[in-house]
Amino acid sequence: MWGYVLRRLLATVPVMGVVVLVVFLILRLTPGDPAAVIAGDYASAADIARIRSQLGLDRPLLEQFLTWLAQVLRGDLGTSIFTNLPVTTLIAQRLEPTLLLALTTITFSVLVAVPLGTLAAWRAGGLLDRCVMLFSVAGFSVPVFVLGYLLIYLFAMGLQLLPVQGYRSPFTDGLGPFLRHIALPTLTLGTVFVALIARMTRATVMDVLHEDHVRTARAKGQHELRVMTRHVLRNAAVPIVTVIGLGVALLIGGVVVTESVYNIPGLGRLVLDAVLKRDYPIIQGLIILFSFVYILINLVIDLVYTLFDPRIRY
Amino acid sequence: MSAPILPVEERPRTAIEPALASLVLSHPSVLLGGSLLLAMVVAAVLGPTFVPDPFAITPTARLRPPDASFWFGTDYLGRDLFARVVWGARVSLAVGLAVAVLAVAIGLLIGLVAGYLRALDQPVMRAMDGLMAIPGILLAIALVSVSGASLVTVVVAIVVPEVPRVVRLVRSVVLSVREEPYVEAAIAVGTPLPLVLFRHILPNTVPPLLVQATYICGSAMLTEAILGFLGAGIPPEIPSWGNIMSEGRTYFQLTPWIIFFPGTCLALTVLAVNTVGDGLRDTLDPRIARQMR
Repeated sequence: MWGYVLRRLLATVPVMGVVVLVVFLILRLTPGDPAAVIAGDYASAADIARIRSQLGLDRPLLEQFLTWLAQVLRGDLGTSIFTNLPVTTLIAQRLEPTLLLALTTITFSVLVAVPLGTLAAWRAGGLLDRCVMLFSVAGFSVPVFVLGYLLIYLFAMGLQLLPVQGYRSPFTDGLGPFLRHIALPTLTLGTVFVALIARMTRATVMDVLHEDHVRTARAKGQHELRVMTRHVLRNAAVPIVTVIGLGVALLIGGVVVTESVYNIPGLGRLVLDAVLKRDYPIIQGLIILFSFVYILINLVIDLVYTLFDPRIRY
Repeated sequence: MSAPILPVEERPRTAIEPALASLVLSHPSVLLGGSLLLAMVVAAVLGPTFVPDPFAITPTARLRPPDASFWFGTDYLGRDLFARVVWGARVSLAVGLAVAVLAVAIGLLIGLVAGYLRALDQPVMRAMDGLMAIPGILLAIALVSVSGASLVTVVVAIVVPEVPRVVRLVRSVVLSVREEPYVEAAIAVGTPLPLVLFRHILPNTVPPLLVQATYICGSAMLTEAILGFLGAGIPPEIPSWGNIMSEGRTYFQLTPWIIFFPGTCLALTVLAVNTVGDGLRDTLDPRIARQMR
């Protein structure tokens, strides 16, 4: 088991290496002078020269990469061009809203999608099943921000139930205001996720339902609820958890858009502001952070499989 | 063609036609999606010649609600929103198509080589794993922001994150096909490598790639709109759906239809593309259906 964990950990090293290399190359391989691009249209020659030396762009490519790699390995993601603050400090300031939004979204999606997908598979071909399938196709077709504005229009402007925009911290403003402000963003971001998980749950549960042990459990006269939870869902857990892990990529992209729609001061807004100001170290740092988080989450999920499925032994 | 005997390779193509007919009968949603998509394509190709000038500014008619003269209302400069949305259809569909074709072509080439040449397989696939770990929208935003906003950079920025998925698909097909007796036979009789790849292996990748291409097309249109909406996409003077919606943000509480009209068009088009993709998937091969989802 521990040997497997170690091997999997080592296997992520080249993947992370590629991420670091790609992020490094994005800036260097684009046509034109990256320093001039970052400085913007109205920069003076002195500004461009300052940015060039600040980013180390005046040194050989290999040296630049090794310096950058050594920095990343030490956990140093560089310094913001505009604020002159370390990127890691800026990330720490904005971490809370994004982390909490991701948590509420995953919780909401799993709580809604797994029962929905299971029920749909249980009565496959029925009305609920058709609705779930329709929803899972539609959920992938509506852009996140259009959905966001639709929900604002309905619940905030129309019914006036929830605030239009903004964020309240549960630690300083209390749990009530936090939940009221996070409800619509969670719903917005969660829709694609619900579609994804519900579809996967339905497909897997349908497969498991045809297996012999389910027939045996039913023949024993076990209650249908117990059959579904103990005999079906337990066996369907591995693919469902896998798709949740892969869905984290969807979540990260959605966070940027959702935070922009609802004006939430999180990491997504940090990226966007950095793009508009061409504050390149921040963009680089956040891409690396998000990619590493994605890789690590999927690694952890791989390792957690043993909890769900004792047949998998490493 | 009047030749009485068809070449062997032609056979599967004719077998698809009755399958297509039965698909349309059994999946009415595919017919609906297909017609919707066709209508959008016609509107995108022919529409711009019939609608008013999408750039004409009418200062006296700003932020008008939809009425008889302005079907979708007007934007903050008094430009006809209906005309802009029709032009936007052209931009959106062009980006979707361009991304799908490019991503499939590049991914096919890399995937064929990686799947067939064992020495290249590991390094190429690790590189693809790394590229896939980077969230697609972030990668696209970063690429557009460093290379400057233009139609070409946006297409390239959306293609790059899509390529690894195509490579994986092609590679998996190649790995399963290369052990087939007919491929071994082709190698045994001394067929040159390019011919083995393109004549014997490539045709097997076509059905799953066709399906994948429709999904890529749908997600590319969404990504283009997201980039435009975030202000990191096609230059704002081009009336794409994302750009129209981005301009509508400021006035949303006043004139929500500026976002809802293009938003609905985009959602319906993507829905139509995805429905056609699902239909293709179910028709071409039920085995692929399970592999892909």
